[in-house]
Amino acid sequence: MDKVLTFLNTVFVQGFWKTFCVKWVWQTFCVKWVWQTFCVKWVYQTFCKDLVGKKLRFNSWKGWIYLLPAIILLLIFTVYPIFNTVMMAFTNNYDSLESIGGTSFEFGIDNFITVISSGDTFRTAILNTMLLCVVTVPLSTMLALLIAVALNSIKPLQKFFQTIFFLPYVTNSIAIGMVFAALFDVVGDFSKPYLVESWGFINTLLGKIGVQPVNWLDGIGVFGDATYWPKFAVLVIYIVWNALPFKILILLGGLQSVNKQYYEAAKIDSTPKWRVFTRITVPLLSPMIAYVVITGFIGGFKEYTSIIGIFGDSMADGQLYTMVGFIYDALPDAFYGEASAAALILFAIIFAVTMVNLYVSKKKTHY
Amino acid sequence: MDELKNEVTTQDVDPEVSVPTEPQTQTGDALTQGVMHERDMKKETKKQDVMKILGKIGVYLFLSVMAFIVVFPFLWMIATSLKHLSEYYDSNLDLVLFPGGPRDFHNFAEVFTETDLGRYFINTLIVGVASTFMSLIITVLSAFALSRLKFKGQNAFFAGLLATMMIPGELFTITNYKTVADLGWTNQFGDGGWFNAFLTLTLPFLVSVFYIYLLKQNFMQIPNELYLAAKVDGTTDLKYLWKVMIPLALPTLISITILKMMGAWNTYMWPKLTTTNQDFYLITIGLREAFSSADNQQPDIPLQMAAVTLVSIPLFLVFIFLRKYIMRGVSRSGIKG
Repeated sequence: MDKVLTFLNTVFVQGFWKTFCVKWVWQTFCVKWVWQTFCVKWVYQTFCKDLVGKKLRFNSWKGWIYLLPAIILLLIFTVYPIFNTVMMAFTNNYDSLESIGGTSFEFGIDNFITVISSGDTFRTAILNTMLLCVVTVPLSTMLALLIAVALNSIKPLQKFFQTIFFLPYVTNSIAIGMVFAALFDVVGDFSKPYLVESWGFINTLLGKIGVQPVNWLDGIGVFGDATYWPKFAVLVIYIVWNALPFKILILLGGLQSVNKQYYEAAKIDSTPKWRVFTRITVPLLSPMIAYVVITGFIGGFKEYTSIIGIFGDSMADGQLYTMVGFIYDALPDAFYGEASAAALILFAIIFAVTMVNLYVSKKKTHY
Repeated sequence: MDELKNEVTTQDVDPEVSVPTEPQTQTGDALTQGVMHERDMKKETKKQDVMKILGKIGVYLFLSVMAFIVVFPFLWMIATSLKHLSEYYDSNLDLVLFPGGPRDFHNFAEVFTETDLGRYFINTLIVGVASTFMSLIITVLSAFALSRLKFKGQNAFFAGLLATMMIPGELFTITNYKTVADLGWTNQFGDGGWFNAFLTLTLPFLVSVFYIYLLKQNFMQIPNELYLAAKVDGTTDLKYLWKVMIPLALPTLISITILKMMGAWNTYMWPKLTTTNQDFYLITIGLREAFSSADNQQPDIPLQMAAVTLVSIPLFLVFIFLRKYIMRGVSRSGIKG
C-alpha cells in the first residue's frame, strides 16, 4: 500500500501536477474567461449598446442584489470550505505548518497516508461504518416496505397508524438514544450480580422467558470481540427504529400513487397476493425503494449522533468509532489536514457507493 | 411479521380451492348453472370471506404490534420519569402510567434544580428563532430573484447552488470550524462572549440551498401574469413579494420554518465543536453533557428520563399540531432539520 502511494505521489503530484495541470487549467479556463468577461463586455457596452437598444437590456444588477446576502454567506461558509478542505488535505504536513504560521506549501498525499496507516482507530471507524450500513439499510428498508404495504391495504385507522409510525421522525436523536440506553442499561456492576441495582428493562423482559441477562452497553473491549456484538445489536435496533418513519413515508407515498388498474387486473386473474406483491408492487415501487436505499446508505455512512446518544461522547471508548467520529475528533486538536483527508475519503466512499447503487437501480428499476 | 406471513400463505392456498374471487360474478354464474352449484359456490364464498377477514385481522395485528414497538420507548420514558429511584429499581417492567393513584412530578422539578437545562432551553429558543428568521429572509429573497427576475448568469448560479448539495456537510464543517476559530468567535468569555457564541451558532447555517430550491419551485408555480399585472400597476418588487408571493407560498414557508426550528432544537455536532463556554450550550448538547456520568457514579435513570421528556415535549407539540407541514416538507426533501 505504501509503495503504491509513494509511486502515485512521485508521478502525479510532484512532477506532473505543477507543470501541466496548472498551466493547462489556467490557459483553457481562466484566460478565456477573463478575456470574455472584461474585453468583450467592454467592447459591447461602449460600441454596440445604443445600437441594440432597449430590447436586449435586462436589469442585471437587481437580481444579484437580492442574492447578495446568500452569496456572501455561501462564499464564506460553503465555497471557500470546499477548496480549502481539499487544499488542506493535499498539503503535506499541513497541521504543523499551520501552527507555526508557515506559508511554503507542498502538494502531496502525506495526510492520506497518515490517516490510512493510523492503525486501529481508522480501521475500526471504517469497519464499523460499513457494517452498520450493510446491516441497517436492508433491515429497515424491508421492514418499512412491509409496514407500508400493510398500511396501504387498510382503510379505517390508516391515518391513525400513519401518524404513529411517523412519530420517531420528530425526535431528538441524542435524547431518544438516551432512552434506548436506559432501556438496555444495567445499573450496577455486571460482574457482581449481588451489587446490581437494576438489570434494565430488556434484561428483565428476557429473564421472563428464561434468557440470561446480557451486559448490553458496559463491556470494555475492541471491535469485533465478545463485548462488541451486544452493543452493535442495540445500535442496530435504534438506527432501524429511527430510520423507519422516513422510509415508510416515502414508500407509502409511492404506493398511493400506483395506478389501481394493475391491482384490478391481478384481481380478475385471481393472482395470489404474494405474486401481486413481487410482480406488481415491488417493480412499480422500485424508484422509491432505490431512493430510500441510496439515502439510507448516505445516512448510514454519516452515522454519528445515534452512537453519541447511546454510548456517550467516547463512542464506547472508541469501540464504536465511525468515520464521522474520526473526523470530528481530530478537529479540537487542530489536526485539520488529517480530518480533511478523512473527509475526502468518506466522500469518495459515499460517492462510489451511490454510483454503484444508481447503476444497480438503473438495471433493476422499472419506470 | 408472522401475522403478515400467515395472511400471505392463507391467500396462497386459496386459488387451489376455488378460482374466482368476486362474489358478485359468482352468484351470477351460479344462477345459470343450477341450484346445487349455487349452494357450493355460497360455501366457497363464505370460506373466502372468512379468509379475507382473517387476513384483515392479521394486517391489523401486525400494524398494532409494530405501532406498539414504535411508541414503546416514548411510553416507557414518560412512565419512568414519574417514578422514584427506588420504585424504578423495584420494578422496571411496570408499564402502567399511574399505578396506585397520581404521581408527583418531583423529577421534573429536579431537572431544573440539578442541571442547567432551563438556561439551555432559553439559549436554544433564542438561537432557533433568530436563525430561522434571518434564514427565511435570505431564502425568500434568493428564491424570488431566481424565479422571477431575469439576469445574466442566473442559470449558472442556480446550477452551482444545486451542485453544492452533493457535497457532504462534514467537508464544510472542518474549514468552518477553522474559520470560526481564526475569527476568534470561539472566545466566548467576557463581555462580547455571548455575541461570538451567537454568531458561531447561527451564521454558518443561514443559507440552506435546499430550502431556496424548494421555495423557488413553489414561486415558479405562481403565474407570471400576476407579476406583470403588478408591474403595470407600478408596484415595486418588494411590495409584490410581500403582498402576493409570500401569502401564496405560505404552506412551504411554514414547512421551512418548522424544519429549521427543529434543526436548531436537534443540532448537536456544531455546538459541541464550537461552544467553549458552558453558559451558551444548546439543549441537545446540554442534555448529553448533564448526564455523561463519571464511571463510578450510578445514573439516576428516572431523572434522566424526566429531562429527556422535557426536551421531547416541544417536538411532540409541534408534531401534533403541525404534522401536515412536516410531512410535506420531509417527503420532498428527505433531510432532517
